[in-house]
Order: sequence, then C-alpha cells, then structure tokens
Amino acid sequence: MTAALEASGVSVAIGHATLLDHVDLRIAAGEMVAIVGPNGAGKSTLLRLLSADLRTSRGLIRLGGRDISTYAPAELALRRAMLSQHVTVSFPFTVEEMVRMGRGNQALATSQVLVDAAIDEVGLNGFRHRELPTLSGGEQQRAHFARVLVQLACGEAVHGPGILLLDEPTSSLDLRHQIALVEIARRRARNGTAVVAVLHDLNLAVRFADRIVILRHGAVAAEGTPGDTITSDVIRRVFEIDVAVDRTIDGAPFLLPQTMRQITETSPKRDQGVSP
Amino acid sequence: MSVAEVKLNAFVKTNGRVRRPPALIVLCVLAAALLVTMLLAATVGAAGIPLARLPAALGLVASEPGNALAARDQLILWSIRIPRVAVAAMIGGLLGASGAIMQGLFRNPLADPALVGVSSGGAFAAAGAIVISDSHFATHILFLQPYLLPLAAFVGSLATTIILYRIASRSGRTSIAIFLLAGLAIAAIANAGIGLLVFIADDRQLRDITFWLLGSLSGATWSKAATLAPVLAIGVAAMAFISRGLDVLILGESEAFHTGVDVERLKRICIVLVSAMTGAAVSVCGVVGFVGIVVPHLLRLVIGPGHRLLLPASVGLGASLLVGADTLARTIVAPAEMPIGILTAAVGAPIFLLILLRQRGLVGL
Repeated sequence: MTAALEASGVSVAIGHATLLDHVDLRIAAGEMVAIVGPNGAGKSTLLRLLSADLRTSRGLIRLGGRDISTYAPAELALRRAMLSQHVTVSFPFTVEEMVRMGRGNQALATSQVLVDAAIDEVGLNGFRHRELPTLSGGEQQRAHFARVLVQLACGEAVHGPGILLLDEPTSSLDLRHQIALVEIARRRARNGTAVVAVLHDLNLAVRFADRIVILRHGAVAAEGTPGDTITSDVIRRVFEIDVAVDRTIDGAPFLLPQTMRQITETSPKRDQGVSP
Repeated sequence: MSVAEVKLNAFVKTNGRVRRPPALIVLCVLAAALLVTMLLAATVGAAGIPLARLPAALGLVASEPGNALAARDQLILWSIRIPRVAVAAMIGGLLGASGAIMQGLFRNPLADPALVGVSSGGAFAAAGAIVISDSHFATHILFLQPYLLPLAAFVGSLATTIILYRIASRSGRTSIAIFLLAGLAIAAIANAGIGLLVFIADDRQLRDITFWLLGSLSGATWSKAATLAPVLAIGVAAMAFISRGLDVLILGESEAFHTGVDVERLKRICIVLVSAMTGAAVSVCGVVGFVGIVVPHLLRLVIGPGHRLLLPASVGLGASLLVGADTLARTIVAPAEMPIGILTAAVGAPIFLLILLRQRGLVGL
C-alpha cells in the first residue's frame, strides 16, 4: 500500500531543546495508527508536524507523495482534518454554527446533510441550537469532533479518502463517549481514511488501532501491532512503571497498572503478567 | 462570562435553545432605523426644519419661487445638515465595523480602536501632520495637502495596530490582559506625543489639534464625506472575503489554519482594514470612542457572533447610533455643541465595564 502520509527523518528543535529526533513514520490509507507515550515525549509535536501546523527543523513530511509545505492552506484542508487538544471559543456560537465552520469554502449542495449527519453521529442532536460556552467540556469536545468530521467529509467528496488527525480526542469524555468517538474514527478508517490519534489510554489504543507507535524522548521507542508493542517490558522501559499485561479472550493485550505502593513493595523484576 | 451566568442567559433564551432572526430581516430593520434617524437628524438643529417642510427643502416637491423660508431651508439642508448627517453615518459605520473586525482579529469582545490606542496613534500622526505642514518641508509635499491628514491618520493607526498585535500575540495565542495593558501604554505614548505637539504648536495649530482630542463632527463638509465614502465602500466590499476567516479565527489560529484559512494573509488584511477605517474616521472627526465596542456587542446579543451578518450589521447600527449621538450633541446644549466623544464615552464606558464584569470569570483579569 502507498503511504498517504509519510514522515522521513523529521526533527524539531526549538532553541536548545530537541522535541523530536529523526522520526520515521508511514501511514497508509485505511489504517488507524495510535501514537502513545509519556508526557513530553513529542506526541503532539509529531501530530502538529503531520498537520503542517509546525515546520520541521530537518526531514520531510509527504502528503500523497508531495512535500506537505508546498500545499496552500485551503488545499491542505481538503486532504486532512485535525482535532486539536484545547480549543476555547470566546464568542457564543451555537453547536450547529460551529460545526458548519468545518465546511470551509466548500459550497457543496450536500453540506447541510453532512453537518446534520456529523452532529447526529457524535450524539449532540438535542444540543444543536445551544451556545457552545453553555456545554460541558466533553460536549464541547464532541462538537469540535463533529466540525472536524464535516471538514473530512467535504474534503473526501472532492479528493477521495483523506487523513484524520486526532490529538487526545478522548481527554474530557466519559467512558461511553470515549468508545463512541474511537469507533467513529475506526469507521472512517474502514472507508479508506488514514487515521492518526494521540491517545493516553493504552487499552483504548490497543483495542482500536491497527498499529501503535510509542514515542519516548522525541524518538520512536517501539512500533508495530498492539500485540507486539504493548508488552510489560516495553511499558516499563517507556513509562517507567510496572504493569501487568493480560490477554482478552480474542488475544488482544490489556493493561492493569500496579499502584505505586505495589511497585515499591514488589521487586522490579516482576514482569510476567498476571494469569487469569 | 461565567459558566453559571451563561447557563442562566441560555435558560432565559427558551431553555438553552438560541434562535437567531433571519439575516434579511435584521438588515432591513437596521436600514429602516438608519433612515428614520437620518430624517430626524435633518429636521432637528439650531435652525429647525419641520418634517412638513422637509420634502420641499430636499427638492422632492417644487416650492413656489420667491419663498425665502424654503430657500433658507434648502441652504441649511444641503450645505450644512446633509453633509453632516452623511459624515456622521459613515463614521459610525466605519467605527462599528472596525470594532467588530478588531474583536474578531483579537478574539476578544473588548477590543476597540479608540480604547487600545489605535485612534490615538492616528490622532498623533494627524496632529504631527498639522504642525509639520506649516514648516518649510511642507512646500515639497504641497500636492499631498488634501490627503495629508487622512494619510497621516492611516499610517499612525496602522503602525499602532501592528505594534499592538506583535506585543499581544505570541505563537498563535493572544493574551487579553497583555493586549489591554499594551493598548493602554500605547495610548499613553500617543497622548504624550500629542501633548508635546500641543506644547510646541502655535495658536492656530493648537485649535486644530484640540479638535482631535475631543472629537467633533462640526467640521463636516461634502469633501470630507468624499474622503470617507471610498474607504467605507472598500471596507464593506472586503467583508465578504474576511467573514468566514474571522469566524474560524475565533477558534484559534491553529484551528483556522487546519480549516484552510491563510491566517497570515487574513491578519494582514484585517490590520490594514481596521487601520484604514479608523484612520479615515479619525482624520475627519478626531477620537470618538466606544462605538466599536457597543455596536458589535449589542448586535451579538441578538444575531449571534457570525461575522457574515455581524460585519454589515455593525455598519448599519454604528451609522444610526452616531447620527443619533451627533444630533443629541448639537441640540442638548444648543446653540453650543457638545464634543461627541464625551457622549459616546458616557454611554459606551458603562457597557464596556458590563462586558468586563461578565467576562471576569473567564479571562481572570
């Protein structure tokens, strides 16, 4: 499969601090990739590079085989949509008005249908005429996700399968909506969209991603299928905590973090995982 | 706005559901209001022209020849009243729209060209132009004479807006507190400069400069109206191109870029627009504050924050408001005139405080 999005040898340095050091990454169409790692590992920086929000200090990002910095903002918006981590809205737009902003300059005849579908998909049907500042953090996050879905759909109507970038999309969501959101992203991937999500919840990443990229200190520490990457060895090396890694009935790994007290009480060598 | 208050407001608005009136109706109502205010302003003044005599004075119906009263009415109307009403309307439109654009640019409902020193910067440059234009240097730029004041005011406003943006914006975020404080400091610097010019100016120059400080429409003429009209026309035409960008910019510069907006270009266009519109207004009537805050704020309460409607509506409401304020300014202490800046500040400053108090929970100022 050809890479929809490809980073080759990208580095980012701001002042003396190196945020990313020689990272290689290929994301194919229809693939869902989770980027995980401890705080300050460079996950958001990598995502901002992939969205062309940030320029590389060294290396190259290619979108559809072409240097991403050569795209005009409007061209780029039709090929990739990005959900940022913190968006504050200081004016009282309603949910529907805000979601409609995802249409961009596209005057598609179907765009209102796309807006309605996106609001429905994130479960905000009863909130469409509410002003954004009156919603809870999680509801606002879902509204922004709906806006990004509209942008993605408008772009895909023109150029075919696009790229969906999500920066900690589940950070203020309850469990049900976390799963609902990731399932929506999963559905897009099945239709050919390349999805890259920064996730903190490793279990969520394991459950939904085709591939997991683990970052540490601005470099790729491990990369591969969830089964290959999420092992207690890797977790201890990257996150510096002890976890028990178990398997679900269908063979997917899941993690049970030990409490800090247990870590100090038990020997650090204990890494065999808990058997059911 | 605190969350609790927002929730309360939203509840008042039929349990959280917000209804916005159709754009066409809003624009029609504003146009009708402007027409009524302008008619009223044309009839009221030191020499009153009753509504009954207005059609004749306007030349809509032929008046019998030799009617001295009709001739007087016509003279007053066409050489004094109508240019003044036209200038007031255009300045109100310019100030209202530049306030709305600036608030979108800074993602902050408290931005106003007069409040943060953009008007003072323009007034300083204009005052400088008055003093310099008397010097020997001026003989070399004589051909620029009619445009000197508007041009100087524009350059002064532009420089101030750019400095302000550079100070308040950092990596795509605009600090509200820094923005207001920097604006305060810039206004102080510009006012110190004006003070210096007042100190070195001769008597005639002094009278001209004093006029910038208070703001007045008493110098309104047809030629001044002709200076304002193209600026307003360009501004209104540009609104169609910037309104979507400004909407998305409310979400932040990164979000605007992700959605396909050329953010740097949008910011440049907005800065030039705000400076040109504010500069043009300042060059004709001096510093008139708070119109840019009050007008978009009142409108947002009714029509919402979407810029596609907010920007043209701000022109309409700003125009009605300033025509009304000017009529009041020249009648309440007749035959003298109150500087219009005093009136707009008396109404606008309390509204500014109100917005600030409602925001306190959010901005932590």
